[in-house]
Order: sequence, then structure tokens, then C-alpha cells
Amino acid sequence: MKSLLHSNIIEVHNVFKSFGGVHANIDISMHVKKGGITGIIGPNGCGKSTLFNSIVGAHPIDSGSIIFEEREISKLLVGQIARLGLLRTFQQTRIYSKMNCVDNMLISVSHRKDARDGLFAPRKGETLERALSLLEFVGLYSKRNLISGDLSFGQQKLLEFAMALMNEPKVLLLDEPTAGINPTLINGLIDRLHRANEELGITLCVIEHNMRVVMNLAEHIYCLANGRLLADGKPTELQADQRVIDAYLGGGH
Amino acid sequence: MLGRRFLLYLLILGAGLAAPWFYPQYIQQMALLWIMVLMASTWDLLGGQMGYNSLGNITFFGCGMYISAVVQIAMFYDVAAYTSAFGAIKPEFTDEQYFMGLFLGILAAGFGAMLLSYLLGFIMFGLRGPYFAIGTLGIATAAGQLMGTIDYVGGGSGISMPFFPWAVEIRALFFYGLCFFLAAVAHLLLRWIYSTQFGLAINAIRDDEDKAEAMGIPTLKYKQIGWAITAFFMGCIGAVFGNMVGFIEPVEVAFPVATFGIFMVAMALLGGKGTLWGPVIGAVLFHVIKETTWTYLLGWQWVALGLILIINIVYFQEGIMGWLQRKFPEFFGITIDHAPPDKDAEQ
Repeated sequence: MKSLLHSNIIEVHNVFKSFGGVHANIDISMHVKKGGITGIIGPNGCGKSTLFNSIVGAHPIDSGSIIFEEREISKLLVGQIARLGLLRTFQQTRIYSKMNCVDNMLISVSHRKDARDGLFAPRKGETLERALSLLEFVGLYSKRNLISGDLSFGQQKLLEFAMALMNEPKVLLLDEPTAGINPTLINGLIDRLHRANEELGITLCVIEHNMRVVMNLAEHIYCLANGRLLADGKPTELQADQRVIDAYLGGGH
Repeated sequence: MLGRRFLLYLLILGAGLAAPWFYPQYIQQMALLWIMVLMASTWDLLGGQMGYNSLGNITFFGCGMYISAVVQIAMFYDVAAYTSAFGAIKPEFTDEQYFMGLFLGILAAGFGAMLLSYLLGFIMFGLRGPYFAIGTLGIATAAGQLMGTIDYVGGGSGISMPFFPWAVEIRALFFYGLCFFLAAVAHLLLRWIYSTQFGLAINAIRDDEDKAEAMGIPTLKYKQIGWAITAFFMGCIGAVFGNMVGFIEPVEVAFPVATFGIFMVAMALLGGKGTLWGPVIGAVLFHVIKETTWTYLLGWQWVALGLILIINIVYFQEGIMGWLQRKFPEFFGITIDHAPPDKDAEQ
């Protein structure tokens, strides 16, 4: 039992969250396995992003508990949770739009206690090299000196992903990483997500509407519907689950 | 590149040192020019680089002025007796007393203003956008009125500062030098700060504070440090200005919210906010325009100044540096670079 607990880096227990009369999350429990890739699917408005916001502390939850590395985090603030190494990207991509790509990367370094750079550290050396190689990793090296707000939406999405990697988080929550990205780029992105997971050892938890992506990526998938957890299991199990098909996939799948 | 920049600084240093000898009749105006440069540059730290448009930085200017006045007098006299006997007795300060008092007064003003900004930050940095602007404006206005009610520092009738012990010409040179020195130190410090991680952090706060927070940047800490740096220089320059003018009172001299308080914002906008040189260029241009209209358009000077402000805000929001950056992006390094990628990164 003890070893089982250790293998889960995030544990969500019976979380409730409502906004006025809207019950966004009802009694949700889920685990994110350390070192793995977990997927979350569900129709629009089913509470996926609310669950992400609850985990990273963007709003307080009504009841339940959220544990990150055996530590209760449901009462902590966004910045505190981020500094523990639990990071998220946004569905509406958010980057620092008036800064160039390199600066976006440089300021995304870890601000945890063990962070290597101080407040007034110069912007060069090893940190700069890492920033450039990560820009290379997502294919933005040639655009590195452009103002990031001038990039296309897909490129901004890739930049945001690279910024998250720059932070060297333990867990990265990705909110629809492939939305708005063209099909050719999507394959590259899936590959990069896999590599981030395997080579950098970052645990991933992905909200995704593109079934091909999530089936390719995740080892374990949770399906939400109407704020409740509908089903969970391996991708193949979920594809065969009649409840998931009815709620989300539709008959054709 | 480094050589060119070095030459530019050498040129400014030379001009700054030579100007009072060539144009002694304008020395007061040139001292004021450096004060304007300092105000616009330090305003831009928050307004341009961090996205927090403070309309209340003049608070630190006024508080610094009063702190230094109290320190300079209290070291040798009873302040309450000094201010209440205004005009009746003329307290004497020896050379040593004067310069020691001035030195400690300026330091106390800087650090006092810094402390004040730290305390105000806890309240004010909960506000964003226009609320922060109006909130800080309210503080500046209230500070001036409050100061006028404190009899210890002379209330509404103010304090006359200790007399400069040497000749008038030396006095003018001395204060010009102080203003030039402080503006230069502020500029070089800001220049260094903007080149560090701190500079990027406050830029990140400007572009998307929620994202910065979500990425783990301790935003409140950074905002308070930024404002403290601004406050330090505003406090110091307030102390210098008070001694330069020789007589301080709350509304017109110490807390001129509607003139200096707004000028510093207008200058930064004119030159291009969010850049190192924008506020400097804006301050020089604005000051020259202001003095010209005061000389040649007397009676209409405020109308002319207002007109320039409106044109700036409506048609030229990016400012001079912003315009240059848009016109000549290559000069600022905003280019697509197809350099061959690293082989080992590509693998």
C-alpha cells in the first residue's frame, strides 16, 4: 500500500467545486502516476479545466483534498504550488507577448528554493544555452529574436510548452496542447511530449479533445462528464466503454 | 558596439560637466533637466517595464524632501522651535554642519522613501490597471494635504532650509552636480537591472501577471523591490530639490502632483515607455519644449503643453523609442535568424 501511494505524484480525493449554482466538479477522485502520462477527456464544459484550476490553486475547492508528493496543496496559492514543481499551461495560450522568445524562456527558469539563478543573475551562460536548446527542441530556434506576440498561434503554443520545460517541473499539466495546431505539427508535438516525459522525466497530465492524440499519448485516461468522473482505464478500455462512447466519443468511433 | 556605447556615455558626461561653464545663466534649468531625467527614468521602471502606472511617485519626492529637512535641522536644533520661529531667528550652520546634515539628510530621505514604498506596496499592489493609478494618485494628493497639517514641520507655511554656506555661484554648481550625479547613478543602475533576470521578471509581470504567478515568479516581492528602487531615487532627488529651492512647503514644492507628478509620466510616454533611453530622450525634449513655451508663449504655455500631451497620447502612443523600434527592428536585434542549428541538439 505504501509503495502504491508513493507511485502517485498527484492524488485528488473527492473534490467538489461549484460556481454559484453550477456544479463544475462533483466528487472527483483521480491519480497521476509518477513518471507517466495521464489523459483527461470529456465533452466541453464537463469540468476538466476546473479540475486543473483546482489542482494548481487558481481557486479554492469546496471540499476534498489534493495531494502532491504526499503533501496537501489544496490550501496553497498558485505561486506556492508552482514553486513546488507543479506547473500548468493554459488553454488560451499565455506567453509574455512583448518580449522576444529567448527572454520568454529565460524568465521561465525555476523559482523553487533550489533554483540555480538569483534575483539579479545576468542573462547568459548555462541558462541561455538551455533556453536555446529548448527553443531548438520545439523548432523555434530561428524565430528566437522575434517578439513572441508576433508569432502564430501554433508557434505561441509551442513556445509556452518550451517555457514550461525550461522551468524543469516535476509535473506538467497541459490544457489542450494541440488545439489550434496544424496536423503536421501535432505529430511533432506528440513526439516532443513523449521525449519530455522520457528524457527529462517530467510527469505529464494532459487534457485533450483530439482522440488520436490522447490515445497515442496517455497510459491511463480519465473521462469526465457533467462534472463527474464517468470512467477511467487504459485507452483501449475506454474506447470500448459504452458510457464513454455515449457521452463523448459518439457512435461513429 | 561596446565602443559606440562607451563613446555615447563619454559624450553625455562631457556635455553634462561642460554645460554649466558655457551657459551659467541656464544652470538652474539644466539642474532641473537632470531631475526630470531621473523622474522619468525611475517612473518607467514601474510604468513602462512593469506595467504599473503609478501617478503617485511624487509622494516619495515630497516625503524625501521633508525627511531630509527634519534630519538636517534636528541634528543641531529643535525642529519645532526652528519652524515656529520662522523668519524671526536665523539659525547658523557651520560648513561642516551643513554638508554633514545634507549628506545624511539625502541618505535618510532615500531610505525613508524606500521604507514607505515597501509599506504602501502591501496595500497598493493588490490593485491593478487604472485602480493602481488612481490609488497612488490618491496617496500623493493626501500626502500633500496631510503634511500641511503637521505643525512640527511648519504646516502649510513650510520650512526654510539651512543656508548654503558658500558663494551663490558655487551653490548653483554644487546642486547642479548633485542632480547630474543622481540622474547618472539612477540611469546606470536601471541599465544594469534591466540586463538581469529581475528585468525580465518585471517585464513578465507587465505582459501577463497571472501567467508569471502561475510560472512561480514571486510577483509581489519583485514589485516591491521595483518600487523601492524608484522610491529611493525619488526620495534622494526630493531632498536635493528642497535644498536647491531653499524653501519647502507641502503643495507646490514637495508634492506637486499636477506638475512634476504628471510631467514624469508624460515624458516617459513621449520618449517611449518600457525602454532605457525613451524616458531620457522624452525628458530632454519635454523640458526643452516646456521652457520654450514658457518663454515665448507666456499665457498660453499650459495650452501648448496640453496640446503636445494630447497629440502624444492620441497619435503617438508608442513614443519615440517605440517608433524607432517598429521602423528599424533589425537595429534592435528583432530578426529571423536561420543560423544552422546545433547538431547535438537536433540529433
